[in-house]
Amino acid sequence: MLKLIGSRLLQMLLIMGVISFILFAIFDSDKFKKQIAVNELGGFAVSALSEQDYQAWLEKKGLNVPFYQRYLNWVAGVAQGDFGKSFEKNEPVADLLATRLVHTGLLALWVFALMIPLSLLFGVVAGMKEGSPQDRLTSFISVLTTSLPEIATAIILTVIFALGLRWLPPNAAMVNGWDWRALVLPVLTLVLYDFGYVARMTRASMAEVMNSQYIRTAILKGLPYRRVILRHALRNALIAPFTIIVLQMNWLLSGVVVVEVFFQYAGFGKLLLDAALFGDIYVIQAATLVAVFVAVASQIISDVGYTFLNPRIRFA
Amino acid sequence: MTETPIVEAATATDRTPVLECRNLCVSYFTRAGEAPAVVDFNLKLMPGEAHGIVGESGCGKSTVALAIMNYMGRNGAIVGGEILFQGRDMRTMTQEELRRIRGSKIAMVYQEPMASLNPSMRIAEQLAEVPLYHEGVSQREALARAESMLEQVRLPDPKRIMNSYPHQISGGQQQRVVIAMALLSNPSLLLLDEPTTALDVTVEAGIVELIKEVAAKFGTSLIYISHNLGLILETCSRLTVMYSGEAVETGAIHDVFDNMRHPYTRGLFGSIPVPGANKNARPLAAIRGQLPLPYARPKGCFFGPRCDYFVEGRCDQPPLMMHEVAPGSSHATRCVRFAEIDWSAAKASVAERQPVQRGQVVLRVEDLSKHYIIESGAAALIGARRTVKANEKISFRAHEAETVAIVGESGCGKSTFAKVLMGLEPASAGKVQLGEIELANLPVQRRDKHTISRLQMVFQNPFDTLNPSHTIGGQIGRVIRKFGVESDPKKVQDRVDQLLDIVKLPRDFAKRLPRQLSGGQKQRVGIARAFAGNPDMVIADEPVSALDVSVQAAVTGLLMDIQREHRTTLLFISHDLSVVRYLADRIIVMYLGQIMERGTTEEIFSPPYHPYTEALLSAVPIADASVRKRKIVVAGEIPSPTKPPPGCPFQTRCHYMIKGVCDVTPPPLREFGADHVIACHLEKDALEKMEPVITAGTAA
Repeated sequence: MLKLIGSRLLQMLLIMGVISFILFAIFDSDKFKKQIAVNELGGFAVSALSEQDYQAWLEKKGLNVPFYQRYLNWVAGVAQGDFGKSFEKNEPVADLLATRLVHTGLLALWVFALMIPLSLLFGVVAGMKEGSPQDRLTSFISVLTTSLPEIATAIILTVIFALGLRWLPPNAAMVNGWDWRALVLPVLTLVLYDFGYVARMTRASMAEVMNSQYIRTAILKGLPYRRVILRHALRNALIAPFTIIVLQMNWLLSGVVVVEVFFQYAGFGKLLLDAALFGDIYVIQAATLVAVFVAVASQIISDVGYTFLNPRIRFA
Repeated sequence: MTETPIVEAATATDRTPVLECRNLCVSYFTRAGEAPAVVDFNLKLMPGEAHGIVGESGCGKSTVALAIMNYMGRNGAIVGGEILFQGRDMRTMTQEELRRIRGSKIAMVYQEPMASLNPSMRIAEQLAEVPLYHEGVSQREALARAESMLEQVRLPDPKRIMNSYPHQISGGQQQRVVIAMALLSNPSLLLLDEPTTALDVTVEAGIVELIKEVAAKFGTSLIYISHNLGLILETCSRLTVMYSGEAVETGAIHDVFDNMRHPYTRGLFGSIPVPGANKNARPLAAIRGQLPLPYARPKGCFFGPRCDYFVEGRCDQPPLMMHEVAPGSSHATRCVRFAEIDWSAAKASVAERQPVQRGQVVLRVEDLSKHYIIESGAAALIGARRTVKANEKISFRAHEAETVAIVGESGCGKSTFAKVLMGLEPASAGKVQLGEIELANLPVQRRDKHTISRLQMVFQNPFDTLNPSHTIGGQIGRVIRKFGVESDPKKVQDRVDQLLDIVKLPRDFAKRLPRQLSGGQKQRVGIARAFAGNPDMVIADEPVSALDVSVQAAVTGLLMDIQREHRTTLLFISHDLSVVRYLADRIIVMYLGQIMERGTTEEIFSPPYHPYTEALLSAVPIADASVRKRKIVVAGEIPSPTKPPPGCPFQTRCHYMIKGVCDVTPPPLREFGADHVIACHLEKDALEKMEPVITAGTAA
């Protein structure tokens, strides 16, 4: 087990190294440097800039140094907890990232808190009796919500609840300070989208378990139906959905760009998009490291959790 | 929890049958319509009686068991008749009443013990549930009962087993746990659905012994479902033979075995290799044709199209009723013509065949060993490695036109040996020579076309070995082209037709896809494929164990015919001693990777025996009431190949075990006759003094 976690972490460091190096190399091209200058000083100012002044600007920004050297400096900085400064916002990347991660974390927390119980409940109830009305209903709802793209759901919800009924604010920019109400629509959009996927997985897993021979044994042992479901079926049926749910963490971090941008919510996804458009290399680098970390961490959690849920793996 | 007596209320006396099925009809409802699975099934089971239900796959025998349990899934239903349990009709019971009977009055043992136990619950909890929910005893009491029941089913170290998960114990132990679970509430009826089919023969013998013992001890009535007539003979006093959803013959076991009165029963017995059957003098007769599908059954007698005694106008007139063989007798048959058929006449059947003379040595195996090295977890870190000796110093020869059988239970290394021979795994040491070519370290990728085509294989499972998206003709033709036998499309086609003729399949099967074929037909295609390149030698790895008995007979017959014609050497790998006795010329008995005994078929089946061979012979159920067997107790289970015992591999289970000798030094080879070798510490004269295990009865 420790060996597994160790090798996963090693893999993670390797991925981080390779990806950040590639990103650095790409963003080092003259075109991107100029892009940054245009973004910062404005297109007209840059075209009026003499070559000498441009070089001076590069030096001021620290962009004139060869990229491998900058890369090494950056790596050394990261090792000491310094992620550099954002070109665009002129703030330390670490602070910027921290607030954004908290925002996205809050969003993810709410999505999980609603989505997990809902989808497990619906999935299990549907899978208990394949082909029953509740099964068909769940299948229909989950296919419907999953097949709607997030952007469509977001628009529909905004039109109904914000513009039509005027119950909720139409965006989550929260210019006047933190507002929980503004969070409702983004959370709802994500829950709707993810619910169908997890519910369908749970349903399939539960249905498979209900058809297994050991459930037949449990029923023919004369156990009450409740006991068959709660003690015999549930644990085995939740092994597969557990893995999937943990892997949703990864999706919630970087997959929420559409929702965050649509609702103007200052989260991690929006930060990533802004940085990419600006060419804000240090922000991109740091965000990538975080994304890789979350991906690997969720992978480790799902592997470890799987072995605990499944005794066959634990003792193998 | 209060237990209201449900069944006791009925007038249950000794004369009330425990179970009675009257004209039971069960159907499954599919999109194609209603498919009758069981039609007009009658059964009367008295207390303490054991009743066997025999039939091939798809005959409805498991459906009967599940119908008795009233558990037929969503699409199954009892459409007629009644099931009386201790005098009460089970169809009128509520779900709650059924629940109280299930597991307490009627318990069931299943075919696959591993799949029947919950993988994520400890054995203790799974067992304790039974008294907990049926009798409302305390948790402690329930656990104590569970543990004592594990002891009663002869499980070693019940404490450890209580704390284990199902996957941590062996298959035989799992089945004992399932039996313990069934017995915990002292049921009056025990349903056994192929309880030993997934187990090795020596383990099977132990389970069968246990079942008989507990049934006698607790006075439990049994319904024993099996495809194996020998097992039914050993366990039951009455028997029902089923075919295509119908009971075709029923009666006391000796009436049915000795005076069978239905052509299907007779056909079934004719296709089982019992001692005395011989591939040359008394070849097995397969039943021609195929089992009809449930919605395509013929009018009248379902067996009609496959029956030699079929008469138009009588056999195809429904309904066919059960007839008492003699007035007042409990022996009944569904054959309308049973009174006219001359049952004593020898079966107009398969002609006697000339024995084949064996030729030159084709395969020479010398001191072949195959070791696997396992590196696991923490052990790998400190450099400790375990070696699994899958094959250890195997030596034998096979001649042209000869059938050499390798027999052994799971883990004996017989399949590993086949892999080494085929070049799928390199040998660790030793030599394998096919003709003049050394194969031991020649992986299949480096063998030339000619070598590969000379050594072919027929696989165990015909269902998975054919590519589902290519036609039969395409798959056979590809082999012909690959081996360079023919390249011209026309000639390839001719050769495919020729091969289909050889395996007795219609030529237009070349255009079919595998899913349109039955299991037996697929195995014929597998054989055609193996023989496409005119091989010198064919390895058949359990080629018939996935098939029904009547199909088995046809496939083994086919292999023999092809061998006779092409003088192919056949290496027949099997766990089934009956089949091996029938068709092998020479036999190699393996145990945990080593050869225990080798010799001709007669030498193996008569003394002197290796103690393992002796135990194996005693464990095989024989479907012949006149045969007597000497009972030999084999203790315990097959050790794991990763931890073989020191000295002789069989010492842990051998009742001749000599302390200080057998568990220290590997056994010496004792030679008897030309090529009869026994690896045992017992002295030659001690081995020679052994009595025969199987004695044919006087009655023919």
